[in-house]
Amino acid sequence: MSDIKIKITDREGVTHQVDAPTDMNMNLMEVVRSYELAPEGTLGICGGMAMCASCQCYVVSQHPLPEKSDDEEAMLSEAFFVKDNSRLGCQIHITEDLDGLEVALAPAED
Amino acid sequence: MIKTDILIIGAGPTGLFAVFEAGLLQLKCHLIDALPQVGGQCSEIYPKKPIYDIPGYPEILAGELVDNLMEQIRPFQPGFTLGERAETIETLEDGSFVVTTNKGTQHRAPVVAIAGGLGSFEPRRPLLENLARYEDHGVAYMIKDPEVYRDKKVLIAGGGDSALDWSIFLSDVAAELTLVHRRNEFRGALDSVEKVQQLKNQGKLRLISPAEVIALHGEGKLEGLTLAHAENGETRDLAVDHFIPLFGLSPKLGPIADWGLTIEKNAILVDNALDYQTNVPGIYAIGDVNTYPGKLKLILCGFHEATLMCQSAYQRIHPDKKYVMKYTTVGGVTGFDGSRKEASKAVVKSID
Repeated sequence: MSDIKIKITDREGVTHQVDAPTDMNMNLMEVVRSYELAPEGTLGICGGMAMCASCQCYVVSQHPLPEKSDDEEAMLSEAFFVKDNSRLGCQIHITEDLDGLEVALAPAED
Repeated sequence: MIKTDILIIGAGPTGLFAVFEAGLLQLKCHLIDALPQVGGQCSEIYPKKPIYDIPGYPEILAGELVDNLMEQIRPFQPGFTLGERAETIETLEDGSFVVTTNKGTQHRAPVVAIAGGLGSFEPRRPLLENLARYEDHGVAYMIKDPEVYRDKKVLIAGGGDSALDWSIFLSDVAAELTLVHRRNEFRGALDSVEKVQQLKNQGKLRLISPAEVIALHGEGKLEGLTLAHAENGETRDLAVDHFIPLFGLSPKLGPIADWGLTIEKNAILVDNALDYQTNVPGIYAIGDVNTYPGKLKLILCGFHEATLMCQSAYQRIHPDKKYVMKYTTVGGVTGFDGSRKEASKAVVKSID
């Protein structure tokens, strides 16, 4: 299994092209954290349990994604800055068919 | 003034376990936490989630872990200041510290251990234009005295357990209780959801969903607000005396960031080669709140750091004493409450 390429635009508007492994059971939030694309403590605050919305991102590319779970729906309904293409990064699992995924991080809640 | 040996800021699992290790060294502890209950993230965010990496427990619910820790530290009679956030720290001439909370409660100790985790939990505030103007003049994020709402018109916004539970409680106290949520689905304990449904059917509370509050009105204090339907945008105005948004909590490092400690990556830098002390002698940082090369934010790491911190604290408090480490299997545990735990004596009997 090989790495895939993902484009992530951070909260400062800078776009980063990163490689993400498909064989480590990682989710998008963990990829963002491993490349330190957001200040520590502002993204993935709940650790990936869909209990905060700090990993919210906007899916810019057209890749089909698995449906949102009840928890993700509930969390996004309480989040701020939500758009139609909002997803929680911790619920997006890195698989080969996401090669070329483009996302933008939602603003941090203050 | 509350006086103790080690003042622990944060009553999550790391702060709680520190009480045990300190107790073995005959050091007394007092803990401060912004939440009204102990347990930190484990009790506030995920009490029912199983944790699989606590040594010795193949599986344990976060809430159970907190109960176990409270049981373990009970013999050492820790004091607690709950529902208050540590705001300022002052160093006295003799090197000891005075920490004052946002309610003015003062604590003095020769050692301060910051076990603040991700930071103190603060309410998530809705994005409303003049919200700050009405805070404490009709808008509140926490209910301390329910009597304030007696015979008043109250609106609660939110879709989780807090919103459901307080709606149930205040429906008996308020003159009018309205619950507003952006969706029709609520995420909370099943019996709370059912009770709210029941109260709505009985006309004891009003449920407006899917809708959200989009504007606040009032001269000096809150008098009304505007709601918008979440789907068709239709608005309506409602007269209210109180608005309580219950949108969950989010952790913030808060005033600790201004205490003169070295902060890196939103965490407190410590000396991990020795004792998890910060750049200020006598102030330590343990658990998720600290950082050092290779740091892992795991509960078990917090336990380890708490233990080493206590050794160093002992030496600071009793520089003249030489501590001999005794295993609990050898020395047992002698509580400050007079209790004693020790291994029962082995039976030695001769065989004729």
